[in-house]
Amino acid sequence: MEIIMTIINGLSIGGTYAMIALGYTMVYGIAKMLNFAHGDIIMVGGYTIVLFFPISPIVGIIASVIFCVTVGIVVERCAYKPLRGASPLAVLITAIGVSKLLQSTAQSLPFIGSKPKGITYNFGNLQIGSVSISVLTLITILCSIAVMVGLTLFVKYTKTGRAMIAVSEDRGAAQLMGINVNFIIMITFIIGSALAAVAGVFLVFKIQDVGTTFGAMPGIKAFAAAVIGGIGSIPGAMAGGLVLGFIEAICGMVPALSPYTDAIEFAILILVLLVKPTGFLGKKRREKV
Amino acid sequence: MALLEVKNLDVHYGVIQAIKDISFEVNEGEIVTLIGANGAGKTTTMQSIMGLIHPSHGEIYYDGQKINGIPSHKIVKLGMTQVPEGRRIFSELTVYENLLMGAYTRKDKDGIEKDFADIYALFPRLEERKNQIAGTLSGGEQQMLAMGRAIMSRPKLLMLDEPSMGLSPLLVDQVFEIIKHFHEIGTTILLVEQNANKSLAISDRAYVLENGKIVLTGTGKELLTSEEIKKAYLGG
Ligand SMILES: Nc1ncnc2c1ncn2[C@@H]1O[C@H](COP(=O)(O)OP(=O)(O)OP(=O)(O)O)[C@@H](O)[C@H]1O
Ligand SMILES: [Mg+2]
Repeated sequence: MEIIMTIINGLSIGGTYAMIALGYTMVYGIAKMLNFAHGDIIMVGGYTIVLFFPISPIVGIIASVIFCVTVGIVVERCAYKPLRGASPLAVLITAIGVSKLLQSTAQSLPFIGSKPKGITYNFGNLQIGSVSISVLTLITILCSIAVMVGLTLFVKYTKTGRAMIAVSEDRGAAQLMGINVNFIIMITFIIGSALAAVAGVFLVFKIQDVGTTFGAMPGIKAFAAAVIGGIGSIPGAMAGGLVLGFIEAICGMVPALSPYTDAIEFAILILVLLVKPTGFLGKKRREKV
Repeated sequence: MALLEVKNLDVHYGVIQAIKDISFEVNEGEIVTLIGANGAGKTTTMQSIMGLIHPSHGEIYYDGQKINGIPSHKIVKLGMTQVPEGRRIFSELTVYENLLMGAYTRKDKDGIEKDFADIYALFPRLEERKNQIAGTLSGGEQQMLAMGRAIMSRPKLLMLDEPSMGLSPLLVDQVFEIIKHFHEIGTTILLVEQNANKSLAISDRAYVLENGKIVLTGTGKELLTSEEIKKAYLGG
């Protein structure tokens, strides 16, 4: 009983982290930058669903994805693209700036303001034998599995997906194949932002409370997940997300551990970095022109 | 009109000038070699032509069109590509996927399929290992893959940067045979080599690069018998 619930919770929390972690890891692998503002895209997605949910849940989800993707594209084109080839520190500072910009813009919008907003919606429960699972949890699990399988297939079997691997491995050699690196980076931001939107939607339903910094904590956790799995690695982000998800689920089941959940997660991050600095599935890479 | 024309090229890395006012050309159907010692500026020249490095001065023309300033991926579409120094195959992709990346700009499915057959006939090793992850190939196999991958874009002009580097004498011979084969099927070749003997022997013309300057030029035969070249590059 407890075990089944733990597994289900682990999958649901881990799946959400994995979706966010994929955005971090793909952008890192392909654009070679740490997108510090990725967590704020979750916030953008969260507010969008809050705003559009009264019209219809489906409209809200679609609006979230479209709006996050748009913000992702604009941020990439206006803030990051002009810095292609600049020092990593300049890019990181810009990304932090973008993060603050998104938060303060949200705060200054009249329909958002500084008070948290939320949706209360009961998805109901599904009774399977003696186990009762919330439908939201089930949808989260199914959706994140679909995302992970879909993305894996996309990367392996489509021309654009393979080009993403090529660019992440050797940008110069990829250009010699005729690959437009800027286009591939754009696609990466689109995918990352869309996944952040979906994760944002699930988090809003779960937390039922959105403030302008609401993306920060899941963002940092997912970033930790990406690092644990090996930043730059797509299966790594999935594995890292699930590891953190299961830790959270286990801690949630054990009253003595639950106040220390965050501490335990970050301790594991430090432990992994000490034992294997490249993460589970990360590789050392030579940087080339 | 030359297929490739480099005019008064200067390239800087920060304050260091790696290329100093070099000019040369490659005519359609030729094999042209740039020879030069380590650090002479051969790779810098090749990467500047492909738009991977931006020259500080000078012009590069391909088929009469000025190409410096054009992004690299568009230069590839114009019909030229490069086998880069150190092979730089995609080590996480399979052999087959690497070759497919070579055909990235192409849409002619039938043509691509035919070229796969040709490449597998030319490199039976690659066919045997087509589903193997390319990073696990031997150095020689990786060089074959890099050459096969480049020819998959069906370039009019193929540039090769030290393709014989680090290979056993037998494999070096094989590499030069393949270059000759690419030339016979109608590809114009610009070759960068330190192996002056072998490269001059197959070249129509050659340029000698020293400290970022072209110091000597002539036909392959002329340079093979030139005293200066013998002393500096042919070990005698
Ligand atoms: N990224 C770089 N930054 C600074 N200097 C560089 C860079 N790349 C090359 N150089 C310098 O430019 C000069 C030419 O280098 P290049 O790589 O073009 O030589 P090369 O002829 O290809 O040599 P090799 O035979 O060793 O490959 C060298 O002095 C090198 O130190
Ligand atoms: Mg070189």
